[in-house]
Amino acid sequence: MSEYSVIGKPTTNVDGTAKVTGEAVYTFDMTLPNMLYGKLLRSPHPHARIISIDTSEAEKLPGVKAVITGKDTPGGKYGLWRRFRELSDQEVLATTKVRFIGDAVAAVAAISEKIAEEALDLINVEYEPLPAVFEPMEAIKDDAPLVHDDFANNINNTRHIEWGDVDEGFKKSDYVREDRYTYSSQHPAPMEVHSSVASYDKGSGRLTVWSSTQSPYFLQLGLTDALKMREGDIRVIKPHVGGGFGAKNSTMPDSVNAAVLSMKTGRPVKIVFNREEEFTATEHRTAMHLALKIGLKKDGTIMAKEAKIITDGGAYTGLGATTLYLAGTYLTFPYNIPSYRYDGVRTYTNKMWASSVRSFGATPAVYASETQMDRAAHDMGIDPIEIRRKNAMTTGYEAPGQYRLGSCGLLPCIDRVEKRIKEKWTDLSKDEGIGFTAFAYMCGGIFNWIDTPYAFSGAMVKINVDGTVDLFTQASDIGQGTNTVSVMICAEELGIGIEDIRLHPADTATTLTDLGAWASRETLMNGNAVKAAAGEAKKVLIEVARMKLGENIVYDLEVKDKRIYLALRPERGFSYYDIVKDAIKRNDGEPIIGIGHYTPHRKGMVSPAFAFGSMGVRVKVDRETGQVEVKDIITAHDCGQTINPLGARGQVEGSIQLGLGWGLCEDLPTDNGMILNPSFVDYKLIRSRDMPQIELHDVPTYDPEGPYGAKESAEGTVAPTSPAVANAIYNVIGVEFNSNVLRPEKVLKAIRKKEEKEEEAMNG
Amino acid sequence: MKRELKFVVNGDSYDIWVEPNTLLVQVLRDELGLKGTKRSCDSGSCCACTVILNGKVVKSCSMLALQANGKEVLTIEGLANGAELHPIQQAFIDNWAFQCGFCTSGQIMAAKALLDENANPTREEIQMAMDGHLCRCTGYNMITEAIQDAAKRLQGQKLQEAAQ
Repeated sequence: MSEYSVIGKPTTNVDGTAKVTGEAVYTFDMTLPNMLYGKLLRSPHPHARIISIDTSEAEKLPGVKAVITGKDTPGGKYGLWRRFRELSDQEVLATTKVRFIGDAVAAVAAISEKIAEEALDLINVEYEPLPAVFEPMEAIKDDAPLVHDDFANNINNTRHIEWGDVDEGFKKSDYVREDRYTYSSQHPAPMEVHSSVASYDKGSGRLTVWSSTQSPYFLQLGLTDALKMREGDIRVIKPHVGGGFGAKNSTMPDSVNAAVLSMKTGRPVKIVFNREEEFTATEHRTAMHLALKIGLKKDGTIMAKEAKIITDGGAYTGLGATTLYLAGTYLTFPYNIPSYRYDGVRTYTNKMWASSVRSFGATPAVYASETQMDRAAHDMGIDPIEIRRKNAMTTGYEAPGQYRLGSCGLLPCIDRVEKRIKEKWTDLSKDEGIGFTAFAYMCGGIFNWIDTPYAFSGAMVKINVDGTVDLFTQASDIGQGTNTVSVMICAEELGIGIEDIRLHPADTATTLTDLGAWASRETLMNGNAVKAAAGEAKKVLIEVARMKLGENIVYDLEVKDKRIYLALRPERGFSYYDIVKDAIKRNDGEPIIGIGHYTPHRKGMVSPAFAFGSMGVRVKVDRETGQVEVKDIITAHDCGQTINPLGARGQVEGSIQLGLGWGLCEDLPTDNGMILNPSFVDYKLIRSRDMPQIELHDVPTYDPEGPYGAKESAEGTVAPTSPAVANAIYNVIGVEFNSNVLRPEKVLKAIRKKEEKEEEAMNG
Repeated sequence: MKRELKFVVNGDSYDIWVEPNTLLVQVLRDELGLKGTKRSCDSGSCCACTVILNGKVVKSCSMLALQANGKEVLTIEGLANGAELHPIQQAFIDNWAFQCGFCTSGQIMAAKALLDENANPTREEIQMAMDGHLCRCTGYNMITEAIQDAAKRLQGQKLQEAAQ
C-alpha cells in the first residue's frame, strides 16, 4: 500500500541472531575482571527507627571487601520527580528509619555472592519498630503514623484536572450513575531481575554503570543525585534488557549500592536481585480506589464525568505521582466528554512503593470507566457498542488545556471489531458471552519532572565512505523492538537497507539524550529524532547530487533504493555510494554527520499523539467452578502508520497477555506490609495454555506528529483487556465486578450469591 | 570436597571438579561461560534454564551438576551449525517469537526436544509442552506459530535429505 521501501514491511528483529543463539549479553550475564559481588541487607519491619547497625563481624568474614551503611554513602537523595526536590525521597541506604519490608539498610561486597550473603547474616541491626500504615484510606487520617515526617496525612501528591461545567453537565443529564472500584497491585515481573555492574575509576574519578534499565538517562541522573557527582562523570550503558514493563524506570538500590561499593573497594561490583527481592522490593502497580460518576442524555451522549481516586503509593514516589495524573487522564478516554472534574490523592504507606506498570496509569482507570460505560448502556437500553460509537473521539477533538488529537481512527476500529464479532461469534452457548471495550494510549509523555534541559530524544547518524551508517541513539530497547524501529526509520530516510546500518544504542557517553522506554514513547519521539538525524545527512547528499546534475533548483530529488535521482525523471541520478564518496571528499574528508532532536511543543499536557482501538473478547464461564476461559479475542488498533507489522503484532499479543493477567490471576496480597506470594510458584502468570488466539486488525491513520505518521502500538491493548473480560462475564452471569482479579473463587461466590438472591425473590 | 565431573557439552568433553552442591546451571554459566542458559526464578518454576540432557529437557537450575556426570548436555550455544542457524532458531526470528529474549534459550531448547519427539505437533500439543516456560513479552502465540513453522522447515529438510 505504501510507497515506502522499509516502513510498513514486516522486518525481523535486528537483535534476532544474538537472541536466538544465546549470545545476547544482559547485565545479568556480565562479569568484569577482579569483580566483586554485592548484596543488600533489607528491613524485616514495615516501619522502624534504626537505633544502631553493627557491621564489625561481617567485616571480619574472609572474602568480604566492604560493608556499608547509610553513613558511608555520599548522602544524596534521589527520585524521578527531580523538579520537585521534596519528592526525591529515596536514600541509597536508609539512615534514620526503614519504611517498608525490604528497605535496604546495609550492603556488602565480597569475592563471591555466597560470602556476601553470609556476611549479611553477621550484620546486627537494632530497630525500634514503629506503628505502620498499610491502606490509603487509613494513611490520610490525622492520627495515622507518618511514613515521611514532612508529608502531613501521608499525602505524597495530589492532582486536579477540570474542564467544562461539571455541575451543569450533571443537571442536564437524564441518567446519572455512580460506581466505586478498587484495582489491586501487580508486579511487572520481568524475566531478567534487576542487575547492575558498577566500575569506578579511581584515577579519573569517573563511574561506569551497566544496568538492566528502561532509561539510561534516568539512571544517570539518579546516580548523579544519589552520589553527588557530576552527571558527565557518570556513564550508563544499557546492555540487552530482559524485560521491564515499568519495573526499571526508577533508579534502584542495585545500581546506587554497586556504585558506592565500587568507590569503596576500587573494584567493579555487581549486584543482582533474587526473584524474592524482585517481587518484594522493586516497583509495581499502584493499587487504587476509584469513585466514578457519569451523566448521560437519554440518547447515550455523555454530558459530564467526575472522578476521585486515592492511590496506595507505598514508601517512596517513583513514577507514582505521574500514575496519579495519568489515571485521571485515562478516565476521559476515548470519549468526547464536555465536562470533567478529577481529584486524585497519592498516599505514602509502609509498603514497597508503587509506580508505573505497562499501560502506565491506564489499567485501573480503563477498567473502571469501561465497565461503567457498559453498565450505563445496559441501564439505558442502549447497545454497548453503539454507546461507544456515539461518544467516540474523532480527529481534532480537544480536551481543553489537556490534549488535542492530531489523528484518531477510533470509529473505524469500533466498526471493524463489531463487524468481525457479528461474522465470527454466531454460535455462543448459554455459558458464553461477549465483552467490548474501546481504548486510547499515549505516545510518550509531555512531562519533565526529571528536569532535563536536553531534548526528549536525540539521535546522530554518521555516513562512512563506503556508504555504511553508524546510528547512535539512546533509545532503550527492552524487548519491544525499538532497535529494529530505529534502524528501519534510518534506512527509509536514507534510502538504504537495514543491513547497511550499525546501531549503537543506549550509552550515555556516546549517544544523545533520550528519556527511555516508558509510556510508549520511543517510536514517536526517538523515531522523530532518528528521522531528523538521517534527514540532515540526506540533505548533504542531495546537495552534492544536485550540483552534479546541474539541474534547476526547483526540481526535487529523491533518495531511495540506494540511488539519488530526480523525482520526475528517475533515470537521471547517481548511486548512493558514489554520492557519499563525493560528499566526503567535498567535505574535507569529514564523514557525513546528521543530528536530530525531538521535543513535543504545543501539544498540551499529556502526549503529542494518541493511538486508538477497540476490543471484543469471547469468554466462557463455568458456572460450577467459576472458571473463566477467554476463548477468542478480536481487536483493531490505529497506531498511525505501522513501522514494523511484525513487531507491532508482538506488542499487541504481549499487551493482551498482561491484560489478561491483571484481570484474571495476578495480584500481590500483603499481610502487615509483607507480600505473601513473592515467587513464580505463588504469583500466577498467564501461561501458554491460557492464551487465546488474537485476531488483530490494523486501521491505519496518519498522525502529523509521528515519524511517517506513526503512533504507539506497545501498550494500548493492555488496559482494555481486563474490563472487556469483566463485561463479557457480566453478559453471561449478570454480575458486576467492581474490582479486578476475577479468580474462579470470586466469580463462583458471585454466582452463588446471585442465585440465592433470585431464589429468595422467587420464594417471595 | 570437590568431586570430578566428566561430561559432554555441545559436543565438547569436559573434565572438571565441582562442589557436590553445585547446580548444573552454575557450571554451565559460571564455569564454562555458557551464559545463553538463563536463570530467572530461583524456584524451578520458569524454565528459562532449560537445556537438553541425553535428549530430554531438564531444568538446569533444579539438578546438581554431578547428575550430568557421564552424560551429554546440549545448550543454546550448541544448536546452530557453525554460522548456520538451526531451523528452530530461524523460525523464532522469522515469526518474531521473542522480544526481550531472556526466556528464549529455554523456549528454543524445549521446542527442539518437542520436535525431536513429535515432528508435527498440533497447537494444543505445543501449548502443553511449552506451558511451564514463562514468557512475559510475547503472549506465547507467536512462539507457538514459530514452532509450527519450525516443524514444517524440519520436515522439508528431512524430505530434501531423503531425496538426495
